[in-house]
Amino acid sequence: MGLRKILDNMEHHFQEDGRYQKWYALYEAVDTFLYSPGSVTKSSAHVRDGVDLKRIMITVWLCAFPAMFYGMYNLGFQANEILAVTGGDVGGWRGALIQSLGGYDAGNIWHCFWFGALYFVPIYFVAFAVGAFWEILFAMKRGHEINEGFFVTSILFALTCPPDLPLWQAALGISFGVVIGKEVFGGTGKNFLNPALTGRAFLYFAYPASMSGDAVWTAVDGYTGATPLSVVASQGMTELKAQWDWMDAFLGAIPGSIGETSTVAILIGGAALLLMRIASWRIVGGVFLGMVALSTLFNMVGSDSNPAFAMPWYWHLVTGGFAFGMMFMATDPVSAAMTNAGKWAYGILIGVMAVLIRVMNPAFPEGIMLAILFGNIFAPLMDHFAVQANIKRRLARVQ
Amino acid sequence: MEHYLSLFIRAVFIENMALAFFLGMCTFLAISKKVQAALGLGIAVIVVLTITVPVNNLIYNYLLADGALAWAGMPDVDLSFLGLLSYIGVIAAIVQIMEMFLDKFVPALYNALGVFLPLITVNCAILGASLFMVERDYTFGESVFFGAGAGVGWALAIVALAGIREKMKYSDVPAGLQGLGITFITVGLMSLGFMSFGGIDI
Repeated sequence: MGLRKILDNMEHHFQEDGRYQKWYALYEAVDTFLYSPGSVTKSSAHVRDGVDLKRIMITVWLCAFPAMFYGMYNLGFQANEILAVTGGDVGGWRGALIQSLGGYDAGNIWHCFWFGALYFVPIYFVAFAVGAFWEILFAMKRGHEINEGFFVTSILFALTCPPDLPLWQAALGISFGVVIGKEVFGGTGKNFLNPALTGRAFLYFAYPASMSGDAVWTAVDGYTGATPLSVVASQGMTELKAQWDWMDAFLGAIPGSIGETSTVAILIGGAALLLMRIASWRIVGGVFLGMVALSTLFNMVGSDSNPAFAMPWYWHLVTGGFAFGMMFMATDPVSAAMTNAGKWAYGILIGVMAVLIRVMNPAFPEGIMLAILFGNIFAPLMDHFAVQANIKRRLARVQ
Repeated sequence: MEHYLSLFIRAVFIENMALAFFLGMCTFLAISKKVQAALGLGIAVIVVLTITVPVNNLIYNYLLADGALAWAGMPDVDLSFLGLLSYIGVIAAIVQIMEMFLDKFVPALYNALGVFLPLITVNCAILGASLFMVERDYTFGESVFFGAGAGVGWALAIVALAGIREKMKYSDVPAGLQGLGITFITVGLMSLGFMSFGGIDI
């Protein structure tokens, strides 16, 4: 165990009065990332389990991988298909690298994958590095531990970005999310909004031109292509079905934010989270039921002027970020409701709001991001009422 | 009816007094530490708004507006410069009545709200609703629904904020931001969530 020995030999430098005392948070993070922590809970409530917050966060991070790898492939696939028609290539360092890695063949999995990686990896790297910078800075200054939460925040943030996002905006967004969304409240577990979504929403309202509209969803300069949701909002279901099969959308061959296109890849990661009880099935079920209920209601009511009313629930599920938000964002244990009844109410509120914004709000074609932030706002209140009801019920039993 | 309903929904969510216009901030920030007290204040604001906006509507339309005194045989009189004065007067009177009512029947809430109950008089959300009513030329029926909606929206916002602040008791806020500072940030982030309604046109 050479590595363990190296770490142990270094440890006294980082202890109190050590030479690098200020950097203790960083040492602790590396140590507990590689080995399970040596200390145990000191107070009386013990749970004997190998899973702690760090392992949970790493698991969520790993579960986002199917969506991430597929997202990279799809990003390249979408762009290569356009390039095959329009000719031309992407310039700059990316163009040179793509040439040396293969080319622009949309039929070749690796060509597409490398293309996508060259767009996604920089965004992810910036989000990770800047997120880690803030996390470590606050950990050192405020004396809390570095938490793997920023692994999750940065990957979820990067996956919800459109492919064309300028890197400085990625840095700005993740900074807002980590600092204002999380660290000013005291770090992981103490915030009330999902930090990744806070950063994403900040960018959305601050730089709408880079985060929405038709020009940002394919990594080809000057090309405009609408996402399925904006097609529905402007032209209706017939046009949507003419452009894409349901199966395309389910498997993910549609333009959109990097990680949100493939419902099946998201469901694989999400199923793993549900099986390991990391994501709450009540929240996922609530979001799903709320979405099905309201979209069915809209289908039955119908509307002459608003074509989005006719969108059935199985299309709502596979388009936009709905599946991604349902599995990865809404289930964030910190910002979601904690009580069982509260989880149902919180999930249903998000599902209903997501469809409501998609259908009723002409300003935003996609609603899941804002719906989850809206749910986060009311989650503590739902917990409060669930707890009150519980106290009342048990009090009645005693008397 | 549909028109009134959409007016109500708009006042609750899209034009939320607290989170879209940032009106009534003093009480909004001060009485949002506990959900119970916030709920009480929220209901008080709903009652006051639902009464004052329609009453002010009647006063404006039949006494103050240009030519409103035609029924009394004075079609050339324009008393609209008395607007602010009369709206505040009406609000103060209603709040006084409600204070006496609460003192007598709900003393627990009366004590919890303390000085902020009479201060509802100068809650800008309430005067703001009356001024919006005048500016937007609401009819009497519309002003009832607008007043109720504005009140419900404000109450919803303060109760949600109280829920968040109860949860934030466990937060570890940097020393410089404790208290009002972090509450301001919280309210800002809440209104980010309420942006989901921005742009809905009903």
